[in-house]
Amino acid sequence: MKQVTMTVNGRSVTQLVEPRTSLADFVREQLRFTGTHLGCEHGVCGACTVLIDGEPQRSCITYAVSCDSAQVTTIEGFDDDALMADMRTAFHENHALQCGYCTPGMLVTARDIVRRLPDADEKRVRLELSGNLCRCTGYVGIVRAILSVLAKRKAA
Amino acid sequence: MKPAKFDYERATDVAHAIGLLKGSGGFTKILAGGQSLGPMMNLRLAQPDLLVDIGRIEALKRIEKTHDSLFIGALVRHAMIEDGKAPDTTRGYLRSIAGNIAYRAVRNRGTVGGSVVHADPSGDWPTAMLAAGASARITSANGARSVGLDAFFTGAYSTVVGEDEVLEGLSVPAFSDHARWGYYKICRKPGEFADSIGAVVIDPARSYARVVLGATDGAPILLPALASRVAAGQAVSIADAGAAIDAVHSGFDPFDRQIHATALSRAITKALAA
Repeated sequence: MKQVTMTVNGRSVTQLVEPRTSLADFVREQLRFTGTHLGCEHGVCGACTVLIDGEPQRSCITYAVSCDSAQVTTIEGFDDDALMADMRTAFHENHALQCGYCTPGMLVTARDIVRRLPDADEKRVRLELSGNLCRCTGYVGIVRAILSVLAKRKAA
Repeated sequence: MKPAKFDYERATDVAHAIGLLKGSGGFTKILAGGQSLGPMMNLRLAQPDLLVDIGRIEALKRIEKTHDSLFIGALVRHAMIEDGKAPDTTRGYLRSIAGNIAYRAVRNRGTVGGSVVHADPSGDWPTAMLAAGASARITSANGARSVGLDAFFTGAYSTVVGEDEVLEGLSVPAFSDHARWGYYKICRKPGEFADSIGAVVIDPARSYARVVLGATDGAPILLPALASRVAAGQAVSIADAGAAIDAVHSGFDPFDRQIHATALSRAITKALAA
């Protein structure tokens, strides 16, 4: 076991971890932030996407032990984030989820698209979403939700 | 889908990393971004006894421009190049390639050095860096050495980097103002492993032309005969590219041969139109 200290959703935590424990399993099993979902566990499906030091990364192929001193934000950590609040509303209004399994990762990626690419069109949004798989919606609602937040920000 | 047990040590500098590599009895892997190693360990294709994490070594994160080259430290992440945080010395070549590797979440953690030294045939950087004429700086307890990428890859997932050596970074020659390049990757879905990669760099001011075929069953393949043709400004059809492939590699089945010929021909067309 190795000791690791990191900030998760604004709170400093120090815990012992097995080196092989992924960041995803760490936040789910040891910190009980179960909003982070595990799908493929090899970096393809995007369900486990969280922010590490402010950037979206895969928590299933990142070891908790290697995140010592990092700032981690899971889906539970966006309560005070205005952009994420807009995105949640847009997902709701555009039927951008059905079963919800992909949604935590989708929201983290969607927020990053708006933050990084304010001029993205539908084609670009779809390309940027290629690392997050949804098996329910066919992506139409998700793309529409992201485009609506982009348009709202442009108009503001 | 969970990795087998392993030990973990974090290296504070390159000398410490080399010491940890030398001191380990079993199968040891260096961990940089872990975006290839992580999946392989989760799938238990790789079961190292020890991971030496070099991710915190600041010296490996440097980007340095000299008068005729750009040095990219091994730990520079793909997204940094995608976002233009490295000086553009290659007329947008490196930036374009970086932005089309896997997915943004992977590009935020994966490293250029890790990709090159992992030497996955389907990886972008091995093929792209070979076409750009890059060389690798490798450090061991006995000092540093520089190896051109044309002598670096020894096969799929295999390089000249020894078990107690660390890749420090890559030196990429600066392109002249009239350099042209083309890069064509055939994937079934954006971000997936490539079925084929064609990479072309032509720089008449430096008398330089390279055509490289990647995502094969082994190391990326240089095609000097095609490079001469492209340097002379001659178009290369899919049939021409297929014939050039036959001259250097006889093992492709008709499907792979066609995919590879198509990627090469399209990359060359893009370079000539640039």
